[in-house]
Amino acid sequence: MSDQPGAHGSAAPDTFPRLLLRHAATRPDAPALREKYLGIWQSWTWRQTATEVREMAMGLAALGFKRGDHLAIIGDNRPQLYMAFTAAQALGGIAVPMYQDAIAAEMTYVLENAGIHFAIVEDQEQVDKLIEARTALPGLEHIIYEDPRGLRNYDAPGLDSLDALRERGREFDRAHPGRFEAEVAAGNTDDVSVMLYTSGTTGKPKGVCQTHRAFIMAARGGVEFDHLVATDNVLSYLPMAWVGDHLFSYAQFLVAGFTVNCPESADTVMTDLREIGPTYYFAPPRIFEGLLTEVTIRMEDASRAKRWLYEKFMTVAKRCGSDLLEGKPVSFGNRVAYALGNLLVYGPLKNTLGMSRIRVAYTAGAAIGPDLFRFYRSLGINLKQLYGSTETCAYACLQPDGQIKLDSVGAVAPGAEVKIADNGEVLVRGAMVLKEYYKRPDATAEAIDEQGYFRTGDAGVFDRDGHLKIIDRAKDVGRLANGAMYAPNYIENKLKFFSHIKEAVCFGHERDHVTAFINIDLTSVGNWAERRNLVYSGYIDLAGKEEVYDLIQSCVESVNAELATEGELSHSQIARFLVLHKELDPDDDELTRTRKVRRSFIAEKYAPLVAALFEGRHVQHIETQVKFEDGRIGAIAADVKIRDAKTFPAVTREAA
Amino acid sequence: MSTARRIGDVILKVDHISLSFGGVKALTDISFDVREHEIRAIIGPNGAGKSSMLNVINGVYTPQQGSITFRGRERRDMDTYEAAAHGIARTFQNIALFSGMSVLDNIMTGRNLKIKSNFLEQAIWFGRARREEIENRRVVEEIIDFLQLQHVRKTPVARLPYGIKKRVELARALAAEPSMLLLDEPMAGMNVEEKQDMCRFVLDTNDQFGTTIVLIEHDMGVVMDISDRVVVLDYGKKIGDGTPEQVRSDPEVIKAYLGAH
Repeated sequence: MSDQPGAHGSAAPDTFPRLLLRHAATRPDAPALREKYLGIWQSWTWRQTATEVREMAMGLAALGFKRGDHLAIIGDNRPQLYMAFTAAQALGGIAVPMYQDAIAAEMTYVLENAGIHFAIVEDQEQVDKLIEARTALPGLEHIIYEDPRGLRNYDAPGLDSLDALRERGREFDRAHPGRFEAEVAAGNTDDVSVMLYTSGTTGKPKGVCQTHRAFIMAARGGVEFDHLVATDNVLSYLPMAWVGDHLFSYAQFLVAGFTVNCPESADTVMTDLREIGPTYYFAPPRIFEGLLTEVTIRMEDASRAKRWLYEKFMTVAKRCGSDLLEGKPVSFGNRVAYALGNLLVYGPLKNTLGMSRIRVAYTAGAAIGPDLFRFYRSLGINLKQLYGSTETCAYACLQPDGQIKLDSVGAVAPGAEVKIADNGEVLVRGAMVLKEYYKRPDATAEAIDEQGYFRTGDAGVFDRDGHLKIIDRAKDVGRLANGAMYAPNYIENKLKFFSHIKEAVCFGHERDHVTAFINIDLTSVGNWAERRNLVYSGYIDLAGKEEVYDLIQSCVESVNAELATEGELSHSQIARFLVLHKELDPDDDELTRTRKVRRSFIAEKYAPLVAALFEGRHVQHIETQVKFEDGRIGAIAADVKIRDAKTFPAVTREAA
Repeated sequence: MSTARRIGDVILKVDHISLSFGGVKALTDISFDVREHEIRAIIGPNGAGKSSMLNVINGVYTPQQGSITFRGRERRDMDTYEAAAHGIARTFQNIALFSGMSVLDNIMTGRNLKIKSNFLEQAIWFGRARREEIENRRVVEEIIDFLQLQHVRKTPVARLPYGIKKRVELARALAAEPSMLLLDEPMAGMNVEEKQDMCRFVLDTNDQFGTTIVLIEHDMGVVMDISDRVVVLDYGKKIGDGTPEQVRSDPEVIKAYLGAH
């Protein structure tokens, strides 16, 4: 490997606390973290960051936090919470970030599994949940909160503010000089640094133990691959418990030394994005999709002249935008038209989206629709895909600049080895592969084979250029009753690429044909309905409209037409579908926290609907339990209509 | 809820207040008091005289009989300007915001009494005017943070949903850093979620700043949950006064209001 960025002189630091101290020593006054507070962007320099981390770590030490202890970190992206990771690691502890929107009952499992005694959380909301969880887990002794609002009168034992913790840390530091340095020096690169819980599409979540070495290696690989530098800026607003955020906003932040910006609140992300203008950006496809839906809706509301201009120049962008980005030859006329478009449409649009300064943007976590992907690239935004999982530090394949293919996730990343098993499963080996699942030797043995390859559980193939193409989850790939291959995710993704469809769940394993549940996108279909003067009272009402069924049917049938051209998959055309009367929701366990559908759970919960789909009925009554955001439980009932969709005879390209 | 919060001495006392508009008797011989740091609710059916009572307290109406004692000073009626200067702020039953102005500017108007610089200084934006603007903006930003209005900071009020507008009204009242806050049906017309949020904000305000709160509310659940003491009015007369439990079990109150059916 070439020389490491940010490292001068002696060998590159090999733990996160040492990386932080290196930055604080070599560039103390450069901004490390920013947060918008009271309407103003407040900065922490590397020196301040290191000082606060030291105080936090010493405070934890004063409370009895030991080497190997776990520290739960729960809340929105806040500079202090990122510092908490390093503080725990400085003492040889392990950071355990948890999803901040999980309800107390869900948290209890992880808190218990990880044996948590210490937690640093954002605010009253999280404190309340932990106090509730504590009735079952007396071991949770210390709860530290960052924002004291509403907590003044709490007198629960072991509850303290972060400021008080830091004060305690300063005292402890004075009484124990040299302790902090000794703790940091005792850290080993092969110590576990973080435990990330898998989303658990099947069964209980598992704690993935990753070492300093693993994440630093993955971060370094990414930093070199995309030439990230200390002056880059990112906006971190994705859950800290997600591996993607941990790689981009923590590991790469400390390796490359760029600035992490935290938004003011979850509702202000769009404004904050525009103000910061990040140069490096990472988001799952649904975020890009949400942005595009918003742009499309607002363009439909724009004046006719603007709409004309937009359509005209988007055609130009579609024709030559991506080629220009990749440096491929483009005619002079097209270049002029694109330059004009950039002045009139693309530039202002990118500015509105907060994407004017982006050099590299990544998407991962789910398949991205070709139209969606092309849209951003044609605007001149260098959006790329990567492939990886929690178990591989979100790092296995990356799309190199200039070699972007819509249906692949890129070439094997530097330092990783990827091969395809005989059953089609993608296997990954390298330093970024997990050490183990916490307290689950059985699961660890199952996931890592004798040669050290991690079984990703994804089915994939390499194309001629050595780029990996993911087809589906290996265990989801099934067979229709006639023996033809059936890949539900693949079909569901095709459906979800329509802006009107938010979620889709397909059924067909060992059946005669494929059927589907559809969730409409309320924003997009709601807007579509308004435009047609279609009156509706809410989600259930809208989902049951004949007109909406017509709209969805046209989407389903165009997917069928596409599938008809894809060889064996032509048998997977959707014969019947229904529009579900409620939105699938993680609170009802229908989706994971990272919004992946839990197919078998859904099939069980809505068994009468599945049966009705295959028995040829045209309407089916169903009653469902729902959990509201405040934890209360209610029930909704509906008569769900079922439609037949047109299927197409298989077309073979070779014959045409 | 109120265990940790210290409820102090009586700061406002109304004695034998009677108010009539021509032949209509709005209030008849009403007496009650408000203690420092408490949440005091005024309830009663429509037309019971609740809003009139609030208007008497901050000086919009002048009662024909009775006296008001505020912070030890007894007077026949309250002057609106004096009420504001002494730290009494209020919100209205019908939203009374500047709808063309942004949320930020609306809340800034709540700081009006705190601004000492004159028109000329403000026009040239110099010295004291500038310093004051920065100081006041900080207070306003803290309130925006407190009431979670960051995402609409620069949005014109006219474009906001009803529940948020109500919150902006509360924000403007808080901007005056009141010692006593009069809320006229803060939760009227809200959905369950908005009501819960509002309850949270009212309790937090009381808890964080120690603000004494007098509120009128229709929703019995809300009143019983958040207030320390309740006054019950019916046809302009006081028919009950005490803690939520006392009021709930008062036969007179049950007859007039709670157990009507």
